[in-house]
Amino acid sequence: MELHIVVCAGIVPDPLQTLEPVMGPKGPALKNEMMLPAVLDPWAASSLYEAASLAAKNPGSKVWLVSLGPKAKLQQVMMTVAQKVSFELVAIDAPVSGFVDAQATAAVLAEAINGLAGLEKAKLLLFGGWESATRGAGVTMQIVGELLGISDQFMGVDQIEFLDDGSFEVLERVEGGKHQVSVCAGAPALFGWATGNLAEPRNNPQIGMANMRTVMPALQKAKAVSVAENDLQYVSASLPKQQRQTRVVKDMAVDAIARELVEWVGAK
Amino acid sequence: MAETILVLTHADETGSVLTTASLEAVSAGKELAAWLDASLTIGVVAAEASSAARSLAGVGARIFGVSGEAFAQARYASDAAACEALCKAAAATIVLTTGSSRFARVAAGVALRLGGCVDTHVTSIRCENGVEVSRWFYRQRIEAVITRAKRPWILLLDAGTYAPFEGGVEDVKVEQVAVALPAMRTTVIGMRSPELSAQTIRPEAKMLFVAGAGWTKKQSDGQVHAGEAGELILNFLSNTGASLGSSKSLVDQGGDGQPVLPFLTHMNQVGQTGSTPRHAKGLSTCCHGEEPHVVGWRFIGDRRAISLDPNCGWARGKADVVYVADAFKVMARVNELLAGH
Ligand SMILES: Cc1cc2nc3c(=O)[nH]c(=O)nc-3n(C[C@H](O)[C@H](O)[C@H](O)COP(=O)(O)OP(=O)(O)OC[C@H]3O[C@@H](n4cnc5c(N)ncnc54)[C@H](O)[C@@H]3O)c2cc1C
Repeated sequence: MELHIVVCAGIVPDPLQTLEPVMGPKGPALKNEMMLPAVLDPWAASSLYEAASLAAKNPGSKVWLVSLGPKAKLQQVMMTVAQKVSFELVAIDAPVSGFVDAQATAAVLAEAINGLAGLEKAKLLLFGGWESATRGAGVTMQIVGELLGISDQFMGVDQIEFLDDGSFEVLERVEGGKHQVSVCAGAPALFGWATGNLAEPRNNPQIGMANMRTVMPALQKAKAVSVAENDLQYVSASLPKQQRQTRVVKDMAVDAIARELVEWVGAK
Repeated sequence: MAETILVLTHADETGSVLTTASLEAVSAGKELAAWLDASLTIGVVAAEASSAARSLAGVGARIFGVSGEAFAQARYASDAAACEALCKAAAATIVLTTGSSRFARVAAGVALRLGGCVDTHVTSIRCENGVEVSRWFYRQRIEAVITRAKRPWILLLDAGTYAPFEGGVEDVKVEQVAVALPAMRTTVIGMRSPELSAQTIRPEAKMLFVAGAGWTKKQSDGQVHAGEAGELILNFLSNTGASLGSSKSLVDQGGDGQPVLPFLTHMNQVGQTGSTPRHAKGLSTCCHGEEPHVVGWRFIGDRRAISLDPNCGWARGKADVVYVADAFKVMARVNELLAGH
């Protein structure tokens, strides 16, 4: 079965970086944003690995990676990502940050996907993260899906499994640590991925070299777009201040600690 | 602008009762309607909206319902159509609803269909200069207050931010709204628990117990004691009914062929790329308290930690009490004491 998998993946500041919001003329931004090292958004990254693994199992399939972000940052992130799995990059040069409106971002992504040469909607699996590490809204993929007319959408996906007739079983995270199990008749469908079950692929320089043949030209011809600000207005953006007066207990006997904890835990 | 408020609710797995999170949204709706002096409508999505709506007795609002087998379970195509129909029937300008997995899956699609906008993970709403809402960005690292002029505006509330509405339970008048469903290509089969042995994620529990990678590291005797760690943890859970969380480092170990705790999955992970639970108390064990982990504790009230490292992240103003001690020994004694109770 040939699949056309389009992965939407943004970039985010490396989660280990310290972030500080600053108010600019167009609303909040991150202090020294351009200096912060970036990574591929973690959930979108797992969707990319799932896409690659699915494509490998289905000969004739193709994976596009559609990424919107400042060109220079995209290039930096692609140096690593391109070592992991094969894809064709579609780069869109635009500002990204948690504070850019998700609905406007989705409109730009949908337009780019609609314009992909050779993409067949009947074979389309649209992949992305169920949320991002920036906005964390869980909004972008749904809107892209709606704009492309896809009404079989799954969120918090950890697993899909194709059956012989082209239908597939999908596991979506729901409350209480459970999965909802559904069967969908087949493509087109949308998947907002959680972490899935695949480990991060190791860097493979050969894949990197093959990818670079399309990654560099894609970055060079990345169209600069402005993402509409819509009506979203920020009243404030701040770091939470929640410093606790920590009591550090050293040299207390195990039994005494245990008694104190049991009392603290209280009744069942 | 005069606002018309709709609260969208759905039934729980039994199909006949509204979820707690839905009732929290009802409280938020009542509060906002009172502030704005706006009209309030409740929308119910369920197999049998009338029976689900019984927990809304005394709510003091019009109730619209969407009923039918197609709405017994969560599915994008049917739920989006149901929510769209309810929003239109209520002519809502502000739609409050729960950020449950069921409605979080469809809310943005519905907003687009209505020509409106959507914001998720809302943790509070205030009316200062119009309606302003708080939510978190960068996964609980930056909090912002936003407002929008566009309507309808759909707002998804994080669970635990409002007290659930408590009315009476009796028959109420439900105005049924018809929904034109597209052909369904997806069939919901049911629920599956990731592991058969123990249900460890308990959103309703008072306490969160978090295990870190230390449980599977070499201890002072130079050995790994993963089996013992697993027993201590499961014992504590069964003694207390606590919910189990994990650091990313620990759940990730499964992929590296290292000894792991077999009952932990990625769904237990707490933190920046994991969940943000809302238990009243949290006990962290064998965990370093690094920032990407601790942001997942943002809504945990009372926090204690057991770590061998007196300089761990928890000690720097992130936990209320840090016990510098061997968690194997402490938890073994805690379990003995709890069992003796
Ligand atoms: C992109 C990204 C996203 C991330 N997202 C998350 C996330 O969502 N959630 C998350 O948790 N982490 C996340 N992290 C990882 C995070 O930065 C930390 O590395 C991780 O949480 C540390 O896990 P740990 O404390 O379990 O392990 P370690 O750092 O290995 O700490 C183990 C601790 O156990 C203690 N210990 C060992 N034996 C004992 C004993 N017998 N008794 C008491 N204490 C003992 C040690 O002293 C040590 O403090 C992320 C990292 C990145 C790069």
